[in-house]
Amino acid sequence: MNYFPDEVLEHVFDFVASHRDRNAVSLVCRLWHRVERLSRQRVFVGNCYALSPQILIARFPGLKSLTLKGKPHFADFNLVPHDWGGYVQPWIEALSNSRIGLEELRLKRMVVSDESLELLSRSFANFKSLVLVSCEGFTTVGLAAIAANCRFLRELDLQENEIDDHSGHWLSCFPDSCTSLISLNFACLKGEINLAALERLVARSPNLRSLRLNRAVPLETLQNILMRAPQLVDLGTGSYVHDPDSETYNKLKHTILKCKSIRNLSGFLEVAPRCLPAIYPICLNLTSLNLSYAAGIHGSELVKLIRHCAKLQRLWILDCIGDKGLEVVASTCKELQELRVFPSDPFGVGHAAVTENGLVAISVGCPKLHSLLYFCQQMTNAALIAVAKNCPNFIRFRLCILDPTKPDPVTMQPLDNGFGAIVQSCKRLRRLSLSGLLTDWVFLYIGMYAEQLEMLSVAFAGDSDKGMLYVLNGCKKLRKLEIRDSPFGNKALLTDVGKYETMRSLWMSSCEVTLGGCKTLAKEMPRLNVEIINEHDQMEIGSDEQRVEKMYLYRTLVGPRKDAPEFVWTL
Amino acid sequence: MEKSVNYGGHHDDLNLEATKLRLGLPGIISSDIGYEKQSSSASTVVVVRNNKRASPVGIMTQESSSKSHSNVSDARNGDPNSHHQPPAKAQVVGWPPIRSFRRNSFQQKKTDQGDGAGMYVKVSMDGAPYLRKVDLKVYKSYPELLTALENMFKFTIGEYSEREGYNRSEYAPTYEDKDGDWMLVGDVPWDMFIFSCKRLRIMKGSEARGLGCL
Repeated sequence: MNYFPDEVLEHVFDFVASHRDRNAVSLVCRLWHRVERLSRQRVFVGNCYALSPQILIARFPGLKSLTLKGKPHFADFNLVPHDWGGYVQPWIEALSNSRIGLEELRLKRMVVSDESLELLSRSFANFKSLVLVSCEGFTTVGLAAIAANCRFLRELDLQENEIDDHSGHWLSCFPDSCTSLISLNFACLKGEINLAALERLVARSPNLRSLRLNRAVPLETLQNILMRAPQLVDLGTGSYVHDPDSETYNKLKHTILKCKSIRNLSGFLEVAPRCLPAIYPICLNLTSLNLSYAAGIHGSELVKLIRHCAKLQRLWILDCIGDKGLEVVASTCKELQELRVFPSDPFGVGHAAVTENGLVAISVGCPKLHSLLYFCQQMTNAALIAVAKNCPNFIRFRLCILDPTKPDPVTMQPLDNGFGAIVQSCKRLRRLSLSGLLTDWVFLYIGMYAEQLEMLSVAFAGDSDKGMLYVLNGCKKLRKLEIRDSPFGNKALLTDVGKYETMRSLWMSSCEVTLGGCKTLAKEMPRLNVEIINEHDQMEIGSDEQRVEKMYLYRTLVGPRKDAPEFVWTL
Repeated sequence: MEKSVNYGGHHDDLNLEATKLRLGLPGIISSDIGYEKQSSSASTVVVVRNNKRASPVGIMTQESSSKSHSNVSDARNGDPNSHHQPPAKAQVVGWPPIRSFRRNSFQQKKTDQGDGAGMYVKVSMDGAPYLRKVDLKVYKSYPELLTALENMFKFTIGEYSEREGYNRSEYAPTYEDKDGDWMLVGDVPWDMFIFSCKRLRIMKGSEARGLGCL
């Protein structure tokens, strides 16, 4: 390969798209490393504290698209205190001071300020795409800056962010000359929207393919929008409430018939069920349906709707669908690949919930299922064994029993065997979340069989250090391990410290790990950041015997971070 | 880089035959694996009920008397050897694991749709010294609501007709909708009304008659 000019190598590498493959390519030899890094345009950084912006910029001068993730996953569930970190500001500053022509930025679980958004919008002339998932710290003022300054903006996608709503006028900040929008998602915004500005924006965006509205957009506006944009592929309705006998609703029924391209449907944040028949014509062609925020659709209307969706590949739903409703899904949606069933009443009495029966029905009817997130009232070993047999193709299997230590209600046994069957049968399993009553056995099975496992989430499980050791020793491809409220201590933590450099991160909270254990680990492994979060005993440097509330460790090239707050202590 | 780990000091205790999974019913498997087996400390203790784990209700562990740090709102000291009952709705921090955004949107939905909290709106009546509040969720239809208002403020409302509103009576019930407009109660379907009504006002006198004449 030394005889080929660099351009040829580069051309070959163009066909190597995935991050992992490109990373592998860059390890072959110095030449390949150089060609690869100079031609690399898309970079994925799974932990923003693993490296610095300077390192990134130096290595990939041709960077166009950057994905960054900040806080640990358990931050989604309020286990990480508010000011922990994950700020995007230093990244945007560094990039804007460089010659990088950033076009796309995708952030997850990061703190984004209005100042950052403003700087972003002014720094990159060709900026095209901003995707923010589960972020916080910004307001509609920041969005206004993006709208106003990014002249070639194609995508603004806001998914489940906490955004302070100051006014709906950010939409009016898109200049009249902005006609490049392909995707706009503001479903998570809580406040009012300038409806006229929205309609005008849609009217001048002929390339618009994806539009997800928030609750403040009424049905009349939806009607007007669909008239102008019948080419939409992805639609999220806002408030779907109207009088089914009205002129507006009638018009909507006819307009929808022209929208033959819609394949993804979501929203229904408010819904009058009697208006649902208008969307039946689009259901026929839907491949993705997200009703997980549509608490107003249940019972027979929900089932009726599902019966129209024979081509569904992805379904996100609330557990008020019930086991019977899942049976309808199983008999209707033969192409189903991904199913998520969310709890509609997480803290209430279990009247609206699903059980193991619904899941078994799905596994029988939908053999192509490979991704599952299932919140349920209870689960049995027999059901899990059946599911494992029916669906050997699972890549992601996340089960959440609402009572976290509930045993098999039929046999009163732990669920070790059930999960064991899953990992044994599903040889391609990459992500697993456990719940229910579980002993060390389940970890033995995971260590033995889950050869492709990359991410494991554990809560209230296991009996001893052996459990964690089975996993650390057996799962060679493990990258992320997060554990809460389980009896794993220093022995589990310290037996194989080298393992952590092969992983992205380890989270342990409310376990048996002590301060002394963490200190030992930090001392032996200087290329790890071992962070302790101590909210309650503010920096009371107790004895080494003291148990650590929360520990988060990750490999890094740049040592302890400088933006850690008071309650975070890097050993 | 990785040291090999002994599953226990004694490999014969591991009983590999027992770990061979069969896709059968749990009754069969459990006796093979030997759920009742308790061997020396070297191998895994396989008991259904274990004493060591910190349960979500904060039952103390055998080893230490330090407080359980499971962040449970009501931590109870339990006998470690007792079979623990399922926690009676003790809310565990971060469980079930749903994103805060989704969690918050459900609290909000509950207030919007009035589950549990009720859907209270203010009611004012022209000339009355103070306002009242009614829970719209309690009523299933307009006649029910109007009767309740009549009783609350001691007045009578006439018949509703689409053409003339409440023209026969001295009063007209009106409401402020989401857009801030004042609408006559009764024009839209009840379900839609509940969603859009922000407050009620019972208009009296010429103003009311004026509305009826529209």
